[in-house]
Amino acid sequence: MNRMPSNFWSGLAKAGLCSLLLATVACASLHAQDAAAAVAATPAPEAPAAEVVAYLPQKVADIMWLCLTAFLVFFMQAGFAMVETGLTRAKNACNIMMKNLMDFCIGALAFWAVGYAIMYGTHGNSYFGWDADLLMLGSGTSGQDYGLSASWLFQVVFAATAATIVSGAMAERTKFIAYCFYSLIISLLLYPVTGHWIWGGGWLSSMGMRDFAGSTVVHSVGAWASLAGCIVIGPRMGKFTADGKINPIPGHNLVLTALGVFILWFGWYGFNPGSTLLAVGGISHIAVTTTLGAAAGALGSMLITWIRFGKPDLSMTLNGTLAGLVAITAPCASVSTGGAVAIGFVAGILVFLSVLFIETKLKIDDPVGAISVHGVCGAWGTLSIGLFGSRAIDLPYWSDTTAIADGLFYGGGVHQLFVQFVGVASVFAFTFVSAFIFFKILKATIGLRVSAEEESMGLDVAEHGQESYPNFVVRE
Amino acid sequence: MKLIIAIIKPFKLEEVKEALAGIGIEGMTVTEVKGFGRQKGHTEIYRGSEYTVDFLPKVKVEVVVSDEMAGKTVDTIVKAAKTEKIGDGKVFVIGVEDAIRIRTDERGDAAI
Repeated sequence: MNRMPSNFWSGLAKAGLCSLLLATVACASLHAQDAAAAVAATPAPEAPAAEVVAYLPQKVADIMWLCLTAFLVFFMQAGFAMVETGLTRAKNACNIMMKNLMDFCIGALAFWAVGYAIMYGTHGNSYFGWDADLLMLGSGTSGQDYGLSASWLFQVVFAATAATIVSGAMAERTKFIAYCFYSLIISLLLYPVTGHWIWGGGWLSSMGMRDFAGSTVVHSVGAWASLAGCIVIGPRMGKFTADGKINPIPGHNLVLTALGVFILWFGWYGFNPGSTLLAVGGISHIAVTTTLGAAAGALGSMLITWIRFGKPDLSMTLNGTLAGLVAITAPCASVSTGGAVAIGFVAGILVFLSVLFIETKLKIDDPVGAISVHGVCGAWGTLSIGLFGSRAIDLPYWSDTTAIADGLFYGGGVHQLFVQFVGVASVFAFTFVSAFIFFKILKATIGLRVSAEEESMGLDVAEHGQESYPNFVVRE
Repeated sequence: MKLIIAIIKPFKLEEVKEALAGIGIEGMTVTEVKGFGRQKGHTEIYRGSEYTVDFLPKVKVEVVVSDEMAGKTVDTIVKAAKTEKIGDGKVFVIGVEDAIRIRTDERGDAAI
């Protein structure tokens, strides 16, 4: 038997206690330094130095909140990777991992170099932002403005979320090099342009459009690019029979998909509450609406699959959970908890109908349901502010001049609904058309799709020369 | 000697093994297999579309016994694997020319 010596544990306990003590002493001395600094900076108060309380400055709290939520949103990349690989075949798992890794890495560099300046530059116009000082985050002088660093970090993980949505929709047939170029373009240009319209002080934000955390800015942009990509590239081999019937291609691991959805939900607590951009009390309401939207979305999907198929379907219910989250992303700070439940529930039903419609009627092959989850439900969530939006709930996060008008169900008429619709439609038009042209260019130049032989072999071996599960029998 | 091949429902494996051990069978080989007979496959739904699973998972049990044990072994397997529902499986009996225990070089009935 290989037992630890009995004094091992007591030794460990002592070591732990020592480090705890050290940490306490270190903290105490830090506080002492702060206190000393405070004393030095201000006229000596009457009270003894020991009673001076060091408060966390609001500015530092804001930066902490922004960084913390950015870390959470970053982890959503892992969620997307798991969802996508679970819903596709084992022979393409390496490829999905590679795409999810590299769309973030290429995208981050592109957003650092140019994207951020287009999205948040104030020297452009209301259609296209620009600020040469923000190119490469003002590399010469950067590192001094911690607020800017936090803002960029938070925005780059959002850009990466938009970029990575396409990976799943075009899975199992896209050339890796073509995907790398796509990652570059969406983070460099497509995402920042419409992002500027809504979040960067562009024309849609002047109109009073509300997309608090990015149902349209982030999710729909990724989905409309996916739609364009799926149309240009065509369905996977064997997805539709010659007479147009659907031949389902089951994913290889629904457990990974479920794990991915839990990770995404967790990350969403950064996505939505972080979009306050400030450490304010209102984050709790946003976290609540986010939770309820997801829960109601899952319930809606579970119920409709149960009714339609006789059994509750896991993969669709997971899509429904994400649909609820995507839908509540825009209105999370503008609706009541009851509104959040309604928005999420409708999204859960909508995603189910949309997945069936896109597959059976439009004959578009989207293996993971990305267009339905992020596009259709992103549009629904954005429009829902025009129905369920409440000025009273929205106001604390904004100001008298920037808060939304009441939605249709709150007696505000159709004004806000119309503004939301203009936002949804214009972002669709710009993103779909430019992504469509870009994918066509890729197709005509470096090629968008792997050969039929490579596709049946699997992209793991064909594109990366390796297998994801070398010691398992992989049937497809 | 006879080779007895039984294709059975996977969840019946434990009962069949116990029953065979009960009549003195000391060894067997088990393989996870897929196939169909009159039962055919069944349909599943994936993301809203129905599809047929033709090959259903089964377990193949292979036992070699002496000629005099063959009848009793078959009866034991059939009794233990029966659910009286379609898909219970089949048993095949094949003659075996010889058997060798590799460790000791024993042959014939002594090797099984």
